[in-house]
Amino acid sequence: MAVEFSEAAKQEFAEILNHYPTKEAAMLPTLHLAKREFGQISPEVMTYISQLLDLHVTRVANVVSFYTLFPREPEGKYVIQVCSTLSCQLMGAETVVDHIKKKLAIDVGETTPDKKFTLKKVECLGSCGTAPVMQINDDYYEQLTVEKIDKILDSLE
Amino acid sequence: MSELYFLKNRGNPESKTIDFYLAHGGYEALKKTLKSFEPNDVIEEVKKSGLRGRGGAGFPTGLKWSFVPQDNPNPKYLVCNADESEPGTFKDRYIIEHEPHMLIEGMIISSYAIRSHLAYIYIRGEFVQGARILEEALAEAREKGFLGKNILGSGYDLDIYVHRGGGAYICGEETGLLESLEGKRGWPRLKPPFPAVVGLFKSPTIINNVETLANVPLIMERGGDWYSQLGPNPKNAGIKLYCVSGHVNRPGLFEFEMGMNLKELIYEHAGGIYKGHQLKGVIPGGSSTPVLRPDEIDVSMDYDSLAAIGTMFGSAGTIVMDETTCMVDALYNLERFYAHESCGQCTPCREGTMWMVKLLRRLEHGEGTVEDVDLLADIAGNIMGRTICPLGDAAAMPAKSFVQKFRDEFIEHAKQHKCPVKKDKSIKVTDANA
Repeated sequence: MAVEFSEAAKQEFAEILNHYPTKEAAMLPTLHLAKREFGQISPEVMTYISQLLDLHVTRVANVVSFYTLFPREPEGKYVIQVCSTLSCQLMGAETVVDHIKKKLAIDVGETTPDKKFTLKKVECLGSCGTAPVMQINDDYYEQLTVEKIDKILDSLE
Repeated sequence: MSELYFLKNRGNPESKTIDFYLAHGGYEALKKTLKSFEPNDVIEEVKKSGLRGRGGAGFPTGLKWSFVPQDNPNPKYLVCNADESEPGTFKDRYIIEHEPHMLIEGMIISSYAIRSHLAYIYIRGEFVQGARILEEALAEAREKGFLGKNILGSGYDLDIYVHRGGGAYICGEETGLLESLEGKRGWPRLKPPFPAVVGLFKSPTIINNVETLANVPLIMERGGDWYSQLGPNPKNAGIKLYCVSGHVNRPGLFEFEMGMNLKELIYEHAGGIYKGHQLKGVIPGGSSTPVLRPDEIDVSMDYDSLAAIGTMFGSAGTIVMDETTCMVDALYNLERFYAHESCGQCTPCREGTMWMVKLLRRLEHGEGTVEDVDLLADIAGNIMGRTICPLGDAAAMPAKSFVQKFRDEFIEHAKQHKCPVKKDKSIKVTDANA
């Protein structure tokens, strides 16, 4: 199946190219744009990006596999990333993860059957002073408690 | 300095707008610089200030700028390192989200100093809000004529773009960052050549941390001599954001002159140990800096004082651990982080971090031996100094120091064939001020 950016994304891509002296440097911003457009960086998306950037597709695949923010398979509508590095662990990150696992009845790395939530444990989110912390899609949720987690997850449609 | 600089508007949602910034003296330092300073004079002023890199390495900022070869015909680049990912560190995010114009003004002045006409802010991919706020602030600055062609009629041109990372700790290492910015894996480069000579797109490049650059307007406004008087001595001069996390009653961000006493920071400003517990250990400057025992924390938080007791100031990301912390488990957590974030280029780091994780898992789960404790320290010793970039050292230093300072606890894990510590995994509710 061939993939293609929407007209708005095409314009955004053209603007991205203006920011750099080489096409290759537009790789990460283009991957972010593609994730927003297609929800994942599948082999078809990699091929499309390689054409846009005049690179061999292996160059794109090489980059995609290095970073954590470019999923190669579809994820849930809400991706929950619970920080589990030291400061968050000290403040109860394991209990946060256990609670979400139980609430959503999924394990870490899994997606709920209705494709609504994906749960991930991630390394330091850079918000150690307000630990424990999780990120859902673009937003940070800090100083979590069990009650707060319930409220946040229940509010997502 | 009696008044606050970075945190003066804490709690005010307007602080990120250019109107608020301008109404409180913003961009005056830029106007003064463009009007009365030649680029080289700016470098001299920053040299005089004694400002050292706030990302962790502590290299003198003005000196770094002076390494840019002005006879090189290639364009020069300034790159702001906003990839804040060192566990325990959360200061740059505050500046980005609450004082973006402080950073942008600092970047314009710094770019002018090194004669750069194109600058990038490399921000970690997870900071989506931060990237948005910066984009908006840059648009405001462009609209007011602080960016673009012929800035404030000075004839100086500059543009700044935001570049979002893809999720990788190693891209906070400056040459890994450059590779990533060029659209590749964030694999650190061999040095020399240093980025000031051969950096982004093979051109002279200066990479500075967010907090470092955000200091520059203050230095240009009040003068390098004035700035150098702040702090305990001219080699450790200026103001600093201190991050405190972990088992304290009031974690968060604090601003003081350089040289805040670590004990005072924890017990007075951060409200003491969580619920009156006993202190067990402190990581003073971000997860890679060697751990301190409670009897070692009566020390000035500055580059030289912390180096003198065998640890590092780093990014001033202080992590506090109380009596309920198992030091084997804490180190296991950190080494998992480094094993996950190792880029895989150098064998000692790629393999060594993984072996350390396996040994620590064994010890924590009661399957380790007394010999494993020395083996752990031995592996750490064999990673140190044997890798392209400092991630190897960053993984080895906590392992060496945890084993050295909490040896009895490691040995007890092996002897008792179980974790002897009564760990508290509950969620702790604090009065965080971040």
